Amino acid sequence: MQVTSHDQNPPVTSSVREPLVTGGKTYGDVTYDIARHVEGAPTKSWMIGLAVSISVLLLGGLALVTTLWEGIGTWGLNKTVGWAWDITNFVWWVGIGHAGTLISAVLLLFRQKWRTSINRAAEAMTIFAVMCAALFPLIHMGRPWIGAIWVFPLPNTFGSLWVNFNSPLLWDVFAISTYFSVSLVFWYIGLIPDFATIRDRATGLRKNIYGALSMGWDGAARSWMRYESVSLILAGLATPLVLSVHTIVSMDFATSVIPGWHTTIFPPYFVAGAIFSGFAMVLTLMIITRKLFKLENYITIGHIELMNIVIIITGSIVGIAYITELFVAWYSGVPGEQYAFLNRISGPYAWAYWIMMTCNVISPQVFWIKKIRTSIVATFILSIVVNIGMWFERFVIIVTSLHRDYLPSSWAMFYPTIYDVGLYLFTFGLFFTLFLLFAKFFPVINMSEIKAVLKSSSDKTNK
Amino acid sequence: MERDKNFILGIYEDEDVLKNAVSTVRESGIKIHEVYTPYPIHGLEDVLGYKRSRLPIAAFLFGMLGTSLALTMQIYMLGIDWPMIIGGKDHIALPAFIPVTFELTVLLAAFGMVGVFFVTTNLKPWAQPRIFDERSTDDKHVMAIDIANNASLELDRIKDVLRGSGAVEVNNKNFD
Repeated sequence: MQVTSHDQNPPVTSSVREPLVTGGKTYGDVTYDIARHVEGAPTKSWMIGLAVSISVLLLGGLALVTTLWEGIGTWGLNKTVGWAWDITNFVWWVGIGHAGTLISAVLLLFRQKWRTSINRAAEAMTIFAVMCAALFPLIHMGRPWIGAIWVFPLPNTFGSLWVNFNSPLLWDVFAISTYFSVSLVFWYIGLIPDFATIRDRATGLRKNIYGALSMGWDGAARSWMRYESVSLILAGLATPLVLSVHTIVSMDFATSVIPGWHTTIFPPYFVAGAIFSGFAMVLTLMIITRKLFKLENYITIGHIELMNIVIIITGSIVGIAYITELFVAWYSGVPGEQYAFLNRISGPYAWAYWIMMTCNVISPQVFWIKKIRTSIVATFILSIVVNIGMWFERFVIIVTSLHRDYLPSSWAMFYPTIYDVGLYLFTFGLFFTLFLLFAKFFPVINMSEIKAVLKSSSDKTNK
Repeated sequence: MERDKNFILGIYEDEDVLKNAVSTVRESGIKIHEVYTPYPIHGLEDVLGYKRSRLPIAAFLFGMLGTSLALTMQIYMLGIDWPMIIGGKDHIALPAFIPVTFELTVLLAAFGMVGVFFVTTNLKPWAQPRIFDERSTDDKHVMAIDIANNASLELDRIKDVLRGSGAVEVNNKNFD
């Protein structure tokens, strides 16, 4: 990069902030480093990753086909525990998706430049995670080819009996489908200029494909002005949207009268938990991606540290929410409510409760130590621990609240079948297959946005 | 000379040099056709004298359309067409209608605005953009000047102004 006008417009540099891009990259280097993965032959490690993912997808696909063929009687549900792994997995995946929108939209509004290195992949993660999430409510209908239509307010042959707009489950239909489509559009708008970059470097078939994908982007100042305007407004729309999605998901539970679910703190508690698990998943994916595609100069230790700080904050909010729940259960003086929480702590599912407490409340606190939050190995392990904890959080909320019914004669335990496990595996296979395909065929880092912050935030100008 | 065919291109490497160059070039009476950059440059639209985009207005109008459609739909379906008492609520239970109304407002605002953006910027999969210089999506800023629009000026003078303003290259580009 040739900087010739420092005297006229000195770049905004800071000796306090870490550079966002290291390695003295020029604009051309940015294009090369990122586009070459799209243009080159796939690497061996990518092929192995894809093979494993597709195998898991096919293996889990057996469970999916069986469920569609036989019905959801194949799952471990019973009359008492009528919701278990399906909705646990649904809430878990939706929660993971939230980090992508937070990074791309909320951090854009807060003008956090460090988002530029990770927003593309995090948004892709959002879209794939929401796809995995949507699978569960879809197949739990038993006959999704009918049910998927009935959830929408369409004219029908039942004497125009409409969907129930008073139900949080219907709100979920609108929230999840809006969230998915707006995230997809936001992601695609950001991809257009980068597709144009690849188009202009390519020849032959690739030029045609990326030419169509770039929709004729020419990089004109007028187009960029509109692009910036669209990005800002989409960010402004996506910010309340992402908060609304997990709020509505939490209302699936909070508006019921089940002790343990009937809780007013659910919306903020769920949103914090969603961002917590989402950032953990972003870290898991980014640590793999930066290694696989040699992007250490773009996704730096500084980025990982900042994400770990978000994990400490949201993890602490989640911890406070757990303790608040216990306090309110005791303070309410309602025996049913008190029992529900005592049963969580010391009942037959106490092991799940304590896994949740350890993984979500205690483990992220080690990130207060700078050495740990700047260690890639420690971050990678903890990011997985956090997501194990967050899966158990949903399991604890759902299953321990249901398994003690109002009548002791109805008390039951939930045991997952091989099909429950298989479906969960299927979503993992789907998620990683899609993510690996994305990482190969799409520019995994937003080139144009990195270039836009390069002058002020690379180590070259900071010196 | 025919318009929109023959161009002089000034190639720039630095965004701040480019912004100053745009001012210099415009002050010397040269009309700029357009500037092509690999990434968004803040303030470039101001020195080019572009009016602010009205896309936010489009987003607002589509959002309002979403709000009214959502409310009309819910009030008609549950309040007029097939009223039912659900959970002891009124037929038209407005607080319960807010989530769906909010979601549809966001959905229509986002899709409407993006639709307008695609139309005004002429973005479509089969579009054949005119590429002045392929490096303009990589690492160079390209200022395009339509010769026909600046017929009163001498070509050499335009080129001198471009070079003087910090262009690292000055090229001709003709489209047939």
